[in-house]
Amino acid sequence: MNYHWNWHIFFEPNPTGGGTYLDMLLSGLWLTILTSLCAWIIALLTGSFIGVMRTLPSKTANLIGFCYVEFFRNMPLLVQLFLWFFVLPELLPHAWGLWLKQLPHAPFYTAAIGIGLFMSARVAEQLRAGISSLPRGQKQAATALGLTTAQVYIYVLLPIAYRIILPPLTSEFLNTIKNSAVAITIGLLELTGEARSMQEFSFQVFESFTAATVMYLAINIVVVTAMRLIERRVAIPGYIAGK
Amino acid sequence: MFSNFDFDVIRRALPYLFLDGMTFTLTLTALSGAGGIVLGTLIALMRLSNAWLLGRIAALYVDLIRSLPLVLVIFWFYFLVPYIGQWITGAPRPIKVGAFASSLITFIMFEAAYFSEIMRAGIQSISRGQPAAAQALGLTYSQTMRYVVLPQAFRNMLPVLLTQTIVLFQDTSLVYVVSIPDFLGAASIVGQRDGRLVEMYLFAAVVYFAISCVASFGVRRLQARIAIVR
Repeated sequence: MNYHWNWHIFFEPNPTGGGTYLDMLLSGLWLTILTSLCAWIIALLTGSFIGVMRTLPSKTANLIGFCYVEFFRNMPLLVQLFLWFFVLPELLPHAWGLWLKQLPHAPFYTAAIGIGLFMSARVAEQLRAGISSLPRGQKQAATALGLTTAQVYIYVLLPIAYRIILPPLTSEFLNTIKNSAVAITIGLLELTGEARSMQEFSFQVFESFTAATVMYLAINIVVVTAMRLIERRVAIPGYIAGK
Repeated sequence: MFSNFDFDVIRRALPYLFLDGMTFTLTLTALSGAGGIVLGTLIALMRLSNAWLLGRIAALYVDLIRSLPLVLVIFWFYFLVPYIGQWITGAPRPIKVGAFASSLITFIMFEAAYFSEIMRAGIQSISRGQPAAAQALGLTYSQTMRYVVLPQAFRNMLPVLLTQTIVLFQDTSLVYVVSIPDFLGAASIVGQRDGRLVEMYLFAAVVYFAISCVASFGVRRLQARIAIVR
């Protein structure tokens, strides 16, 4: 291979005038973490809501939940981001569209909301599976105690369902982090985006992508370790995950 | 809202969108799905083999690929493949690799990691008695795998493999980041040329949605049909 390796490139100043190339990558790393966290919060909230709707006895609620999940699952994330970013401002009334287009940090908000909603459909499906895996007796006993439907969910079903689906939720969170890289297409300079621009400025292709790879691996290890700790803390004795 | 919506721009672009863009997307999906399943099965066999080193290598590869975003992997292979080609052929400089070959290699290598986890689960779901009985009949390791274990694993995992292929179909849109004209790329090119991004992106969304919906409905039907009653 006649590739010119230069591992010192990270400590050389970058052409955007803001410190070294390493600083560039670190700011990308920070943006990746921030975007993923915001998206994950949106995904958890909306996903929980839709997931619960899909287990309610009401046919209408069920249908709405089904349509929501199918809508967000059957389109590539990239297309969804384009719809939010390029199409939505054009379809809104002129003044609103203008406001959206002039919004500072528009790529960040679009990415957080777009990825959040995309992942919410997956969270909803996980939660639905979690709730329907509970024995029927739980719901019946709670109802027999005189709890309302809302109380049945809040005090009985959801606390157990969330614990059951914690491992798949961990991998959905990891997917959220990975999906944040798609936001490079709407101009968000997250980790992959910064690695790509470092490659374009410095021509050190493999160094910059290696650094990004190492950073993604580090995030992964941190998340997996943290989630394992949480899993152990919230485990219910007597269940497989418990002691 | 749709007052200045220009449907004609879509109609005029249809031949280019489907003959060029969609053909690229579907060929890429089919070939990398097939290649990914074959390579993924090999990786799963490596991982389940008794050779410690082989298992470690396979596990390392799968864990590495699965913790990286697809966009980053596309960039990696886009720049790496010419150098690997040079290394294999011994050419004096990095060889030129076409858009299709480059993305095909990327997706086979990427999806193999995901398919291998599915196949590993499929192989592990088969009861121990099956390979034991096969060995008792005097079948070699490769015969046991070819005639006894893998056919059952494939059958059990077919719905999951197909679902993953639908995900792959959606993921191929990400070749956009290296400016390869797949279906979405073609829509984007036409949209930018004619200043009609709204129409083109909405149309692309509808097409992706329709294909994925029909495909996942088909998978659900198939799942109900081929389920083995135990």
